[in-house]
Amino acid sequence: MRGILPAIVTKIAGILPLMPMELAAKTLIGNALAARPGLVRRLAEYAGATFAIDPVDCPFVFLVKAEGEGAEVKMVRDADGAAYDARIKAPLIVLAGMIDGTYDGDALFFSRDLSIEGDTEAVLALRNALEDAEIDPASALRVPERFAGPFNRSAELAFGFLRSALHAPAASGPKAGGTFDA
Amino acid sequence: MKTPDAWKHVELICPAGTPAGLRTAVDAGAHAVYCGFRDETNARNFPGLNFDRAEMRAGIAYAHDRGVKALVALNTFMRAGEVDLWKRGVDDAVAAGADALILADVGLIAYASRAHPKQRLHLSVQAAAATAEAIAFYHERFNVKRVVLPRVLTVDEIAKLTKTARPCETEVFVFGGLCVMAEGRCSLSSYATGKSPNMTGVCSPPSHVDYREDGDTLTASVGGFTVERFAKDEAAGYPTLCKGRFCSQGKTMHLFEDPVSLNAVELLPKLIECGVTAFKIEGRQRGRAYIAAVVKAFRRALDSLETGGAMDVEELKRLTEGQSATTGAYKKTWR
Repeated sequence: MRGILPAIVTKIAGILPLMPMELAAKTLIGNALAARPGLVRRLAEYAGATFAIDPVDCPFVFLVKAEGEGAEVKMVRDADGAAYDARIKAPLIVLAGMIDGTYDGDALFFSRDLSIEGDTEAVLALRNALEDAEIDPASALRVPERFAGPFNRSAELAFGFLRSALHAPAASGPKAGGTFDA
Repeated sequence: MKTPDAWKHVELICPAGTPAGLRTAVDAGAHAVYCGFRDETNARNFPGLNFDRAEMRAGIAYAHDRGVKALVALNTFMRAGEVDLWKRGVDDAVAAGADALILADVGLIAYASRAHPKQRLHLSVQAAAATAEAIAFYHERFNVKRVVLPRVLTVDEIAKLTKTARPCETEVFVFGGLCVMAEGRCSLSSYATGKSPNMTGVCSPPSHVDYREDGDTLTASVGGFTVERFAKDEAAGYPTLCKGRFCSQGKTMHLFEDPVSLNAVELLPKLIECGVTAFKIEGRQRGRAYIAAVVKAFRRALDSLETGGAMDVEELKRLTEGQSATTGAYKKTWR
């Protein structure tokens, strides 16, 4: 897998308390779902499934259950003892790129930069729903609409820099321009 | 090379699995997009994919506003006793303003041509029309305007068929997943799972696919059959029986088909010379990143050819299954 965070970052993340991170994650995911209600509709029978989103370079796992317009988010140190329907594993920067459409999920799977286990159909439903939702950093952070464009462009630059610094797979999303690199 | 006038008729047909995918394909330079309803009437009936009726109307309007055509695929075979689902799909696609319907079932084609005589009809690859006689039948009997050729023909065979098919147009796949069988006639998925691309719109339905990690080894199984074990860092492919690796006669190998994608970008000049009208990119199940990259690359290639420039044939490899590409049956260079 490519795009792994440096060990020092992982170490620091390991001593941070889970509860504030869980609150922040819940707020971000809740904002995104409120801005894109079509995502839960598109999940159809998989709204209500629990997804273990596992950033392999971080000492925690997100357990996310999307329902209605909100989401239940729990963070655990290890997914092995947790109950979930499907688990998606990849470095944090790669998972972020899956959410905002930077990466194609199948291409990440072919190159082994991402792996899945559990209910494959639920994973596919989530992937397709995320693809259609076009979630961007501004919607997750509830940035006012008039600032959303510049904010998203700045975030893209920052993520592009991080991908490059971490040797993550090159971007090929709709905003990648004429080349595959951000 | 084709005359400048003939270039006006060359079309790049791009996949749209979701409304966002459709907008991405249109914005990336598609001449036409193809999409389907969220049910068994199209051959990409995967969870979370496809369009409801309102989304279809909005998607077609988005394409039309930008001068792009929208083709609606209803390319599975009708199930006895439940034909209304498919007929309703035809009616709703016509009402939504589809530029053409992509159909496979001869009964559905008969219905569409009778109920909507002015509607343009294309024959899906699923119908596996690989002979001049079959194409002539669909064209003469139902006024089918274009046939999507099965991915089992060489370029020479395509040239001959395209010539004899006229005025019926031909369309060929140029990029994406490959199918080893004559399309519409594969029973591997049905055998293993009870569901097939032809009837229910899903090959190796994800409900029957299981991935298991054992140390560094990734094991993929379909309907309880182990089809592949990928070693650490080995490029993976789709979990289909046809692309599985099996032991036979003391050797472990891909018996039916290697996990590679079709990439015929270098054959575009020849295919255009043959008189092929439209070039199709496979992948309604793929994400916006794939759609944007592949559509842009092929549109650039077509534009370069039109103006006599060079094509970049390497840039698409990263998005291919198994991280490698083939020209498939077009060259027939395999073992």
